[in-house]
Amino acid sequence: MTSLAFDYRRPDSVDQALALLAEADPGTKVLAGGHSLLPIMKTRLAQPGRLIDIGHLGELRGVHRLGDGGLSIGALTTYSRLLANPAITVYGLLADVLPTIGDVQVRNRGTIGGAVAHVDPAADLPACLLALDAEVVVRSARGGRTIALTSFFEGAFNSVLLPDELITEIRLPAASGDYGSAYRAQEQPASGYALAGAAVVIGRSTGGGGRFDRAAIGITGVGECPYRASAVEQEFLSSGDPAAAAHATDGVLVASDIHADREYRTALIRVQVRRALEAAIERVG
Amino acid sequence: MAEHVTLVVNGQRREVDVEPRRLLVEVLREDFDLTGTHVACDTSQCGACTVHMDGQSVKSCTVLAVQADGATVTTIEGLAAGGELHPIQAAFWEKHGLQCGFCTPGMIMSAADLLARVPDPSDQQIRHAIHGNLCRCTGYHNIVAAIREAAVTMHTGSASDSGIVG
Repeated sequence: MTSLAFDYRRPDSVDQALALLAEADPGTKVLAGGHSLLPIMKTRLAQPGRLIDIGHLGELRGVHRLGDGGLSIGALTTYSRLLANPAITVYGLLADVLPTIGDVQVRNRGTIGGAVAHVDPAADLPACLLALDAEVVVRSARGGRTIALTSFFEGAFNSVLLPDELITEIRLPAASGDYGSAYRAQEQPASGYALAGAAVVIGRSTGGGGRFDRAAIGITGVGECPYRASAVEQEFLSSGDPAAAAHATDGVLVASDIHADREYRTALIRVQVRRALEAAIERVG
Repeated sequence: MAEHVTLVVNGQRREVDVEPRRLLVEVLREDFDLTGTHVACDTSQCGACTVHMDGQSVKSCTVLAVQADGATVTTIEGLAAGGELHPIQAAFWEKHGLQCGFCTPGMIMSAADLLARVPDPSDQQIRHAIHGNLCRCTGYHNIVAAIREAAVTMHTGSASDSGIVG
């Protein structure tokens, strides 16, 4: 299969990439690993007139510890690199999810920035990053801004990223106190995408008497885009009981398709949230 | 407009002018006549087109040739040094790790990627490593046995048992 022809640009630096994006050509797409974009271009679901290839920009790669103990992950960091990094896999939910994304070859090309930018409604990683309270650092020729991931996704394949902006970095805040995390999903067997996936991070302050005072739950495959299940979070904080998973779809229009109708998908996500909560509780320490 | 691309393919420097929408697998097969790399699904599912790019396995149906500019690429043709089968190729032969053979080049390139990272993998690690390679003859059992055999051969320089000789 062959995509439509496009104008190809390969900037030598992030600044050059931003200058190209500032031309605000509405048909422009940024090419990183290409493992979401190229397949939809080949099937002609996407027909960008211009590709800006940032795939070789080393300044957008790698994982660094920030001064406040958080982590900065360059947008071009591949799933393989994340999986090989102990600072990343210390988070139980990322150790759960990374080996299940795509396959070896896909993980060698797919990038964290691409996963965030694409906003696939059923991708695994965005739900995990939501549960980790990730922030998205973006730059444009006008300047930069940092956006909480909880206010980044706007709908399927849609985010608040403006046409002249480039995701340069994903930041994870430092973990404090005792915490545990887990990711559990029911995959669609052919595609590997989540029919229903739940990412859980729970924590309690050291010396806090054993009660959980933090709960963050990201859900994928269920709504229009990945979301935080705040009703589950509140219920779990007050009860400490994984049965809070019953609230997983409160206020959400649950997706329904040939793979899982609304009723089945609702049941599936409640089970996944409960299992992820149980696994995270086991791991607290 | 064509882009000028320079690659090192199987140790040989190659230069080519390509239209940006052309895929790495198309350039390998059509411009360089390296037809050992196969195209099957053409949707990054099946892994028949797996090659190594800068030491990592990739599906060359989902890489533009322009993205590979400056890269070192190894295809199945680059494994057999001096006409001698690579130990993984020999193990696929000896363990009957193929039926129709269509998936085999990609399967072997994935195995080579695994054994470079994990010299002594468990069967579970082998199966995880070839998750992105589909064999529609469903011959996975012997493929796993072949990769296990190759791991032993590459460790010790000789096969684990003398059951079958080419």
